[in-house]
Amino acid sequence: MPPSERASGFPFRAILPTETQSVGKFRMSATQAVPTGRREEAALAHKCLYYMSLMREMEDRIERKLYRQGKIVGGVYVGRGQEAISTGAALQADPGDVLFPTHRDMAAYLIRGVPAGRILAQYMGRVDGVTHGRDANMHMGDLRLNIVAIISALAATVPVAAGAALALKYLGRKNVAMCWFGEGSTSLGHWHEGMNLASVQKLPVVWICNNNQYAYSTPMSQQMACANVADRGPAYSIPAEIVDGNDVLAVHEATRRALEYVRAGNGPYLLECKTFRMTGHSAHDAAHYVPPSLFDEWSKLDPIARLEARMTTQGWAEREEIDAMQAAVRKEVDEAVAFAEASPFPDPATQTDGVYEGQ
Amino acid sequence: MSTTYLEAIRQGLWEEMERDPNVFLIGEDIGVYGGAFKVTDGFYEHFGEKRVVDTPISEAAIVGAAIGASYMGLRPVAEMQFADFISCAFDQIVNFAAKSRYRWGAAVPIVVRAPSGGGIHGGPFHSQSPEMWFVRTPGLKVVAPATAYDAKGLIKSAIRDNDPVLFFEHKGLYRRIKEDLPAGEYTVPIGKAKVARHGKDLSIITYGAMLWTALDAAEQLEAEGISAEVVDLRTLLPLDRETVCASVKKTSKTLLLHEDTRTGGMAGELAASITESVFEYLDGPIVRVTAPDTPVPYSPPLEDAFLPNAAKVVEKARWLYRY
Repeated sequence: MPPSERASGFPFRAILPTETQSVGKFRMSATQAVPTGRREEAALAHKCLYYMSLMREMEDRIERKLYRQGKIVGGVYVGRGQEAISTGAALQADPGDVLFPTHRDMAAYLIRGVPAGRILAQYMGRVDGVTHGRDANMHMGDLRLNIVAIISALAATVPVAAGAALALKYLGRKNVAMCWFGEGSTSLGHWHEGMNLASVQKLPVVWICNNNQYAYSTPMSQQMACANVADRGPAYSIPAEIVDGNDVLAVHEATRRALEYVRAGNGPYLLECKTFRMTGHSAHDAAHYVPPSLFDEWSKLDPIARLEARMTTQGWAEREEIDAMQAAVRKEVDEAVAFAEASPFPDPATQTDGVYEGQ
Repeated sequence: MSTTYLEAIRQGLWEEMERDPNVFLIGEDIGVYGGAFKVTDGFYEHFGEKRVVDTPISEAAIVGAAIGASYMGLRPVAEMQFADFISCAFDQIVNFAAKSRYRWGAAVPIVVRAPSGGGIHGGPFHSQSPEMWFVRTPGLKVVAPATAYDAKGLIKSAIRDNDPVLFFEHKGLYRRIKEDLPAGEYTVPIGKAKVARHGKDLSIITYGAMLWTALDAAEQLEAEGISAEVVDLRTLLPLDRETVCASVKKTSKTLLLHEDTRTGGMAGELAASITESVFEYLDGPIVRVTAPDTPVPYSPPLEDAFLPNAAKVVEKARWLYRY
């Protein structure tokens, strides 16, 4: 019996991994094939490590330095521990695929080419921020890069992603929408409306759940009565797969399977990436409601440390190479911080501009 | 041949869909069934299921999907079956669509059509005038045509506009009014009010179906020797304060009329704008005739008591004239 049936107690149409391994208290799909050639495997691992490390370093600076220095006046919401999900998935997307990342998916922006300095300027409310000071933290997008900005009520993005997918199909493009959300978003009506519409219309969307176990202070057990977000997919006739969200290569490979299904015109596909939020909801939240044992357990599954270990044991990289990459990342972020700090604040005379076209 | 208000909207939609292949319709029961009010009757057969998308009962998803499609270059026209259901899509409209351009420069060229208004015994959930929920949301445009000519011209302008436009069409007017429309192509600009009747003693400023109530009242007042000017706002956001204030300067007395309820209604904003700009021209208090602050009741005597009518306008206008 596949794990989905064990979880929900009744059969449904779903594509689920048959081979599973136990990670933490969850059952997850085992990491499957990475590219076969040794050189390709190593190159992919290097790329994944670079973007995960860049996201980690950026967010460490934001949360632990710039915020504490008072240089970030608003909220700080980071994806520490969740870097594998936006990295593994976004690296599978084509430039024409439209991304809808959440605030814990910075790597998607970095992979799409949003400069690190502009992300930091965004956090700092500077004119070179992606929204020029109009909005905060990861609330940003750029249609030229096919990346759409979230609103704070995150589930609202789900129907919007369905609409982008509808347009891609309408225009005869072979591209898809790729939409991230947390497990908390799946409690909102917009999420269900968007899932349903996308499935009824067989729209090309890959749904990616960052299930980090907590929505602000609310644990999974109080968020939903089902054991997995993936269990919700079959209710909409959407195939769902549970993925080890702390294994970047597993996420990358699962996204490949999802894209293959979606690009073939079969409709949406849901990936539930199990992970853990290794921080509070935001920088002002000490997360005292999270049992310390959970942090201990999940710190052993850190996606960056796991990939580094795999790279050295597989012979994809020497430790020195990895150390050199991490040093280069720190230098890149130093330069990004300098760029952001040098950027001026926006001119208050521009405050009323741009509410409407031509204004 | 005279054209009804409903047929005018239909023609506007049809012509824009013929003109631009990126215009498409999305909503509940709009395709095979032709829409609850039959505004889109025959569209599915002519334009096909790709361009006339029947959806589940999901107002948030309808508007959300319209937003997403507009980001990709399409020009969706979403239909709320009744304006009353637009509240289900509130977050998509006021937070996603309205703030998109200001926040990150992403245009949202969508139209949300919403059949609004009472007088058809629809009860509390099929009769509301919810326009003011949106008029106080920067980033949206809100139009509310009163005539067949304006309905056609404004739906076409709304579709071509590069900002989100809410189109409140008064369902009580659908088959009640008709007029001869120009044979050729025309549009009506968003953001421009119109003097619907010229007068010198007082100004009645209104919009939507209440235009016809105002014109009825003006006829009756004329017989009594009171010359009323009637201004039809046509667009509620952005508001054409210039045309309103020009009329007030001319007549010096102002009666504000709307079918929407009183507190927080358009009349309040108009009164504030008038006192700010042309206070010294006023020769009397600004007077309001509106629905009371209640839900819209179902039973005919109750609904009649709720809705403003010509008699209520005439009574207030007489008082104001003598002031």
